Amino acid sequence: MIPGVDGFMYPNEVELQWSVLIVLYPYITGLVAGAFILASLERVFKVEAVRPTYRLALLTALAFLLVAPLPLQLHLGHPERSFEMYLTPHTSSAMAMFGFVYLWYLTVVLLLEIWLEYRAEIVQLAQSTAGPKGWIYRLLTLGSYNISPAARRMDDKVGYAVTVIGIPSAFLLHGYVGFIFGSVKANPWWSTPLMPIVFLFSAMVSGIAAVMVLYVVSMKLRRTPIDMRCLDTIARYLFYTFVIDFTLEMLDLVHRTYESDESFRSLDFMVHTRLWGSQVILQIFLGTLVPLLLLAANQLFRFPEGRRKAMYMTAGALVLVGIFAMRWNVVIGGQLFSKSFLGYTTYKMALGTREGLLPAILLFLLPFAIFLVLVELLPPWQEGKAHEA
Amino acid sequence: MRRWFRDSAHLIRPALVLMAALVVFLAIRTAIVPKAFGQYGHYRPGALDLVRQHPIAFAGQDACLMCHDDEAKARAAGKHAHVACEACHGPLAQHADDPSAHVPKLPEVANLCRRCHEQDAAKPHNFPQVITAEHSGGAACNDCHKPHNPHL
Ligand code: HEC
Ligand code: HEC
Ligand code: HEC
Ligand code: HEC
Repeated sequence: MIPGVDGFMYPNEVELQWSVLIVLYPYITGLVAGAFILASLERVFKVEAVRPTYRLALLTALAFLLVAPLPLQLHLGHPERSFEMYLTPHTSSAMAMFGFVYLWYLTVVLLLEIWLEYRAEIVQLAQSTAGPKGWIYRLLTLGSYNISPAARRMDDKVGYAVTVIGIPSAFLLHGYVGFIFGSVKANPWWSTPLMPIVFLFSAMVSGIAAVMVLYVVSMKLRRTPIDMRCLDTIARYLFYTFVIDFTLEMLDLVHRTYESDESFRSLDFMVHTRLWGSQVILQIFLGTLVPLLLLAANQLFRFPEGRRKAMYMTAGALVLVGIFAMRWNVVIGGQLFSKSFLGYTTYKMALGTREGLLPAILLFLLPFAIFLVLVELLPPWQEGKAHEA
Repeated sequence: MRRWFRDSAHLIRPALVLMAALVVFLAIRTAIVPKAFGQYGHYRPGALDLVRQHPIAFAGQDACLMCHDDEAKARAAGKHAHVACEACHGPLAQHADDPSAHVPKLPEVANLCRRCHEQDAAKPHNFPQVITAEHSGGAACNDCHKPHNPHL
């Protein structure tokens, strides 16, 4: 008997091909899409209360977007060949097509929107900063120092248009990640057209939660009072999207249970054994029901400010863990059972190998480092002038 | 109108940067992608020549039959009739080219037969399979079965 294998596995199923890095990849991409949707709330849907997090959300999205493809690169034996995906893309490759969605989203949507948003500051800083940092700002101005009110109005209009284009782009960006799994017709754990939509909404939930937590933490670090109206509003939208996300996931579950196709007994057994901890306890109970209750309680009752903050933060942290567990259960869970439906294998996570836990942790910390650099370069704080724009 | 142009002129710049990036990308693409890429399919036609340059490893059993009449007859009479010589003996193109310079090593029976006949639920149930340890009791398979015609 092979250690870790119960029942019958086909030879190519014993060892998992997609590791913890492939768990990290949709998780990080999801944070990007979610953060951007939160930013668009202010910009397009005119939810003024979340203005203090608008820039924060954009920078979060950028920091995570830059790291998003790296787990995939580490997973490849020949990372340098991934560039060929751009040179000679094949239309039947979802991954190749996604490469272009990614570039589009990075350049035309996110970088452009950040540039338009920050142009006034960039120009001011370019004129007032000396040394290498000054060069960076002067480079970022792209040679235009026109920040007259008329020019800024123009920026605002174009920025609006970019955000409007950005929303479907963000949907595409994350919907695609779900598509990659949902379109694997050989795997009944993945293969459902609901997958892109479930991924999308869970992405929005995790992204909004991430920006919320980042906002509170950075305000604490800067010893600046938290704008409770903003925090309450974010928590409300987090609640709304979470309800939709939860409904979709339950719909998927009910559908699978009712349909009970030939894979059902095997998958059901898996959820009750190997995935019990990560799916039922972490994802559904701690990662979904508890934060949903915390957020719902805040819609029904008015708690004092300190209590509210604590509840939001607990909910946010639990959501972030829960969505990670969801990605884990999809990616790892989908490889634990045999296509014969007669056996199960085990995922053995290495520590220091190329696809081990250590690179995964480092890759997850990298966006925060990038975030710090971005915040240093393009300060997102606008207390006092919140309503000037 | 002039004012409108002046206040939106800066927007041309990111567009130019994007265009420049696109041009650089296209230049790299033209430089790197092999000329006739896609001529026969989604690959580089030159790859065919590269593949053709690989030394041939398998002679094919028609070659073996020309010289090894006994084994050919024995095999044709039994259930291994459709198992190619080199499936058991390994690639022997060099031997077929020059038999005396490259005399092949005989297959290691202990592992050879097991490779195909070890019991496994994933195999079609009408394929002859045994739990080798129980079936032979440790004896070599060719103590009882003749490899070229395995029927006793
Ligand atoms: C040109 C004729 C020729 C061809 C073609 C040929 N062989 Fe041989 N083979 C010989 C000769 C001659 C010997 C004996 C060599 C010696 O003992 O010096 C031999 C020896 C062998 C032996 C070793 C026998 C032993 O007692 O050690 C094996 C096994 C064998 N051949 C298999 C094959 C297979 C399989 C093929 C087809 C890929 C093949 N041969 C093609 C002529 C040929
Ligand atoms: C099912 C596997 C198998 C196939 C198929 C097979 N052989 Fe063999 N062959 C063996 C084994 C095993 C031996 C060694 C027997 C021993 O060690 O006593 C052998 C031995 C030989 C020998 C050495 C002389 C002998 O009989 O011991 C020759 C020559 C040979 N095979 C040629 C061929 C040719 C030619 C073919 C194709 C027509 C062929 N074999 C197909 C397994 C196979
Ligand atoms: C490359 C795969 C392969 C190898 C190696 C192989 N065989 Fe076979 N064997 C077959 C196939 C294919 C059949 C025919 C199955 C059928 O007719 O359904 C077969 C059939 C048999 C049978 C059934 C004969 C019968 O009359 O029912 C026996 C016994 C057998 N092999 C023994 C052996 C022995 C002993 C060895 C090792 C020397 C061996 N095989 C190596 C593929 C292999
Ligand atoms: C002690 C003698 C002996 C030895 C050693 C032996 N077998 Fe057999 N084997 C037999 C007999 C007897 C049969 C049944 C008669 C038949 O079907 O040809 C048989 C049948 C088979 C069959 C056919 C089973 C079926 O369901 O049709 C296979 C396959 C087989 N043996 C493989 C092996 C392999 C592989 C080895 C080496 C590990 C091996 N044998 C060693 C005696 C032996």
